[in-house]
Amino acid sequence: MSVALFYALAGAGLFSIGLHALLVHRHLLRKILAVNVMGSGVFLVLAAMAAPNAIALSDPVPHAMIITGIVVAVAATALALVLMLKLTAETGQAVLPGREEENS
Amino acid sequence: METLISWAIDVALALLVVSLAWRALASTDLFKAIVLFIAFGLVLTLVWVRLNATDVALAEAAIGAGVTGALLLAAYAKLRATSPDAIVDRAGGISGIGAISLLILILLVAAALGYAVWTLPSDYTGLGKEVAANLDQSGVSNPVTAVLLNFRGYDTLLEIMVLLLALLGAWSLGITIPRPEAAPGLVLDTLSRLLVPLLILVAAYLLWVGAHAPGGAFQAGAVLAAAGVLMLLSGRELPAALATWPLRLALVLGPATFLMLAVITLILEGRVLKLSPEWAGRLILIIETTATISIGVTLTALFMGAPPGEEDR
Amino acid sequence: MTTSDYLSVALLTTGGLFFLAGTFGLLRFPDVFTRLHALTKADNVGLGLTVAGLALQVDSWAVAGKLLLIWLLALLAGATVSYLIAQGALRLGIRPWKR
Repeated sequence: MSVALFYALAGAGLFSIGLHALLVHRHLLRKILAVNVMGSGVFLVLAAMAAPNAIALSDPVPHAMIITGIVVAVAATALALVLMLKLTAETGQAVLPGREEENS
Repeated sequence: METLISWAIDVALALLVVSLAWRALASTDLFKAIVLFIAFGLVLTLVWVRLNATDVALAEAAIGAGVTGALLLAAYAKLRATSPDAIVDRAGGISGIGAISLLILILLVAAALGYAVWTLPSDYTGLGKEVAANLDQSGVSNPVTAVLLNFRGYDTLLEIMVLLLALLGAWSLGITIPRPEAAPGLVLDTLSRLLVPLLILVAAYLLWVGAHAPGGAFQAGAVLAAAGVLMLLSGRELPAALATWPLRLALVLGPATFLMLAVITLILEGRVLKLSPEWAGRLILIIETTATISIGVTLTALFMGAPPGEEDR
Repeated sequence: MTTSDYLSVALLTTGGLFFLAGTFGLLRFPDVFTRLHALTKADNVGLGLTVAGLALQVDSWAVAGKLLLIWLLALLAGATVSYLIAQGALRLGIRPWKR
């Protein structure tokens, strides 16, 4: 197993951890963190694609895509945080209204 | 022996990254979660270095850990100021059979992803050779900058637009910013006086060095944003005279220059962002310089969350 | 291995020991103020020794200067952040630990 493959598997693990947290937690700040962790997992897999083995020339295209991804992630995070603050200002809670509210 | 040490470092880093992500997403305290998430970003930076992706490492440290961390902490403070109840993370709404079936589903997803990654062809060579072959046509000698600003310039154009759109979205929501709780004090003020000029210098250096070594507009823009955030934290405000059209000009300078170049190349060269080799180096420097200014100002504005001058509505 | 290599190894190892001591302090000390003490004192020296060890290995003055700048920036940021954390802790009403 190469180093890149090992980190790619770690990336798949990060994606799964993030997906789990995204579905389980109700607080929106936690969901935003979860989406960011999922993104980092995807970036790790991409970076592993850039250097699949020691012989191949390191591929700059995935690296450029990851940098693009990091910037898009920070833009999305910033917008999501402002949306969360707006929702909190309106409802007093940083959770999405769901079935729980109707049942209780 | 050397490979053994190398593997030990990689295994330790991977375990640290995964466990930090897990703890950030599982800890009951939201503040702790944010701090762990920032630590996660910093350890991930070391992973990028291990994977020979130094450009990505710089971007991760500056944007992924730095700017995102500042945004998260600022949002946490605003959340607490809005309602003390809102920072309490109550246990999830899923329990019992739902939680177990969800866990099974996630494990299936993880297994499928792991299998897909495991079976990736190992003789895949990527585009490294093609980029290297055309590098002398691109106007820069750092392959990542060549891909970002020349070979796949439209990606970067759209990316800068996304950043601007995010700011427009944030501004249009019209949230109010609570006043800072306490005066910043002398120490932070002194730090910002010492650091802001140095940060601007570092941003210029990163921008310049991006042509032939790891660096570039996004890393430089993030460093500029760090200077802006530091000034905001130490109690300085944007003068009212600059908060009107000069601020808007700085925000659209990068996207507008890039877009204009896209239109000009479409007309003259027949293809969007086709940079002719003899001009490419200079054009990339112009795009990157304007983009750095706009990225820095946009990220600082995103940190503020609302247009300056509208804090006290 | 030349003399400067041996010197580098010695400096880096000592620096690593300081980092280790600082981390132990961070994990073992009783309150936020003592932990800050452990972290900043040990890591400032640890990073300084690491930078000195690495500076012996580089072949240009520019790189050595950048390494030195990193250390100075870490000192400055470390001192400021420790002050701010301690001030914040005092404001929250946390009293320094007494035996």
